[in-house]
Amino acid sequence: MSRAPFYLAWRYVCRHRLQSLMLAGALALVAALPLCLRVLVQATESAMRDRAVSTPQLIGARGSALDLMLAALYFKRQPLPPIPLKQVQELRESRLGKVIPLDVRFHAQESPIVGTEIDYFAFRGLRVASGQMMTRLGDCVLGARVAHRRGLGPGDALFSSQEQVFDMAGVYPLKMRIKGVLAANGTSDDDAVFVDLKTAWLIQGLAHGHDDVAATKDAVLKTEAGNTVANASVRMFNEVTEANINGFHFHGDQSLYELSAILVIPNDAKAEALLAGRYLKSSSPAQLIRPSDEFDALMTTLFQVQTLALTVMALTLLSALVISALVFALSFRLRRREFATLADVGVSPWALLMTKFFEISLVGIVGLVIAASLALIVQMNAATWVRYLLA
Amino acid sequence: MISITDLHFAYPGSSFRLRVESLNVATGQSLALLGPSGVGKTTLLRLMTGLLQPSSGQVKLGDTSLGALDETARRAFRLKEVGLVFQDFALLDYLTVEENILLPQRFHGKGPNAASIQQARLLAERLEIEKHWQKLAGQLSQGERQRVAIARALAHRPRYLFTDEPTASLDATRRGVVMDLLRDYTQENEASLIMVTHDTELIPLFPFHARVEDFTK
Repeated sequence: MSRAPFYLAWRYVCRHRLQSLMLAGALALVAALPLCLRVLVQATESAMRDRAVSTPQLIGARGSALDLMLAALYFKRQPLPPIPLKQVQELRESRLGKVIPLDVRFHAQESPIVGTEIDYFAFRGLRVASGQMMTRLGDCVLGARVAHRRGLGPGDALFSSQEQVFDMAGVYPLKMRIKGVLAANGTSDDDAVFVDLKTAWLIQGLAHGHDDVAATKDAVLKTEAGNTVANASVRMFNEVTEANINGFHFHGDQSLYELSAILVIPNDAKAEALLAGRYLKSSSPAQLIRPSDEFDALMTTLFQVQTLALTVMALTLLSALVISALVFALSFRLRRREFATLADVGVSPWALLMTKFFEISLVGIVGLVIAASLALIVQMNAATWVRYLLA
Repeated sequence: MISITDLHFAYPGSSFRLRVESLNVATGQSLALLGPSGVGKTTLLRLMTGLLQPSSGQVKLGDTSLGALDETARRAFRLKEVGLVFQDFALLDYLTVEENILLPQRFHGKGPNAASIQQARLLAERLEIEKHWQKLAGQLSQGERQRVAIARALAHRPRYLFTDEPTASLDATRRGVVMDLLRDYTQENEASLIMVTHDTELIPLFPFHARVEDFTK
């Protein structure tokens, strides 16, 4: 008995497939959005948590702990106040753990340039997939995704970006020699360009290389207290080569050179507690954070936002259902003559009701299938998308 | 046999009154309901098919008194035993010609089978709409739609056939085809035919006539 109502409903939906598909699609979108949001949040949490948990302690200038974590762990562009290099020396002298300095202030286009030491690669389990590690000033190794995205490899070159376009006296682009490409590890490391700390300072302008002033006497303006002042004809190097490497030199007190953060891997629980205690004082210019704690705090906030978003989406879904009900009611009202014809021919009220029910069900099922497909697509690609979103 | 006894009907709030003391159409016979527009021909037809309920009196189709049936039973009876051709054809535009013709059968019993489909095709051939078999009803001309409506009324082989101006949109040749078909169907299937018309050319084709204005005095 229900075959005929289903057939009629099926024929109607097929004949008006564009309208039916639009209605089903609208329902699917509002139904799939909360699902997709949940999946993406979970994927984000999963992707970020591993890195936070694997980093025991992090030291940076006092300020936003969240900014510090996002900059040092995920290489996000955060306005991070610097800390001096002497912090590293003091930590090393304390012998409480392994200390890895990080400088994440510069970029090569959109890719963060991470100035660090060789220990970082061992700590993150990073290995060179092609080429080799940087060997001298001006060298860099690329994260797997940066290399893939830009089609770069060992032997190619990469320019650092000028951070402020209108600051003529600021950081000048440095042409870096790509020595190797790292194997992918599915984290922010894949999107970074790694250089030695000294190269980072070179980009910052704390070191530089130029023509031998002594050999170009015409350029010397004056010499006083061992310092030579030259005019603008002296050529500055924007690339470190075998020929000019000896011309590069640092100025100022190196212990005051700036870092973004310091990763600390304490020797044991006692060392961890001692380090935490050392940075508790509010008078200290630096702060020590446990990334896992900060991540939990971030997730708590995110969960509250997600709950709010889900509530809004649930209300949107409810509105969509009410609007759909109205659309169906109006459609059935417009088709009164058609249903009256069926009744005149002898179709029972029950069969007419079933016809309407099947029409609504078919649109609903198509909507659910679309929603499930969207959710499945998001589920399958969530990890990849989140990596791109976090990059 | 179609029989009406002492039937009274009035629309609420209207001065229109219909009163039929007695009207009988025997099996295999045809009756033309005549009269000017608005006189009540369609109303009488709807009363005779149970689509309207009389104020009093009785309409019997064979042994079945329509007044004794509830709405669901009346619909089931109509679906099986009655063929209707509406003045406005009342086709479903999103169905094909085939689907429209087989619609009553789809809602009755197990639905159309090979034999009933073959039967429907023969009807379509005779009404010269067979070439439109898979076309949507919405794509047909008025004349073609009218012929589809006639095929739909006949396809499930009803015993009682009620047609409301079934030739109004047809040319003379096709009108002849339709009238031949209705006459043959009535005779071959021992059915009763009641046709509303004010086409004077068709009146000689009917052995029995009733003027509806006689029922409204």
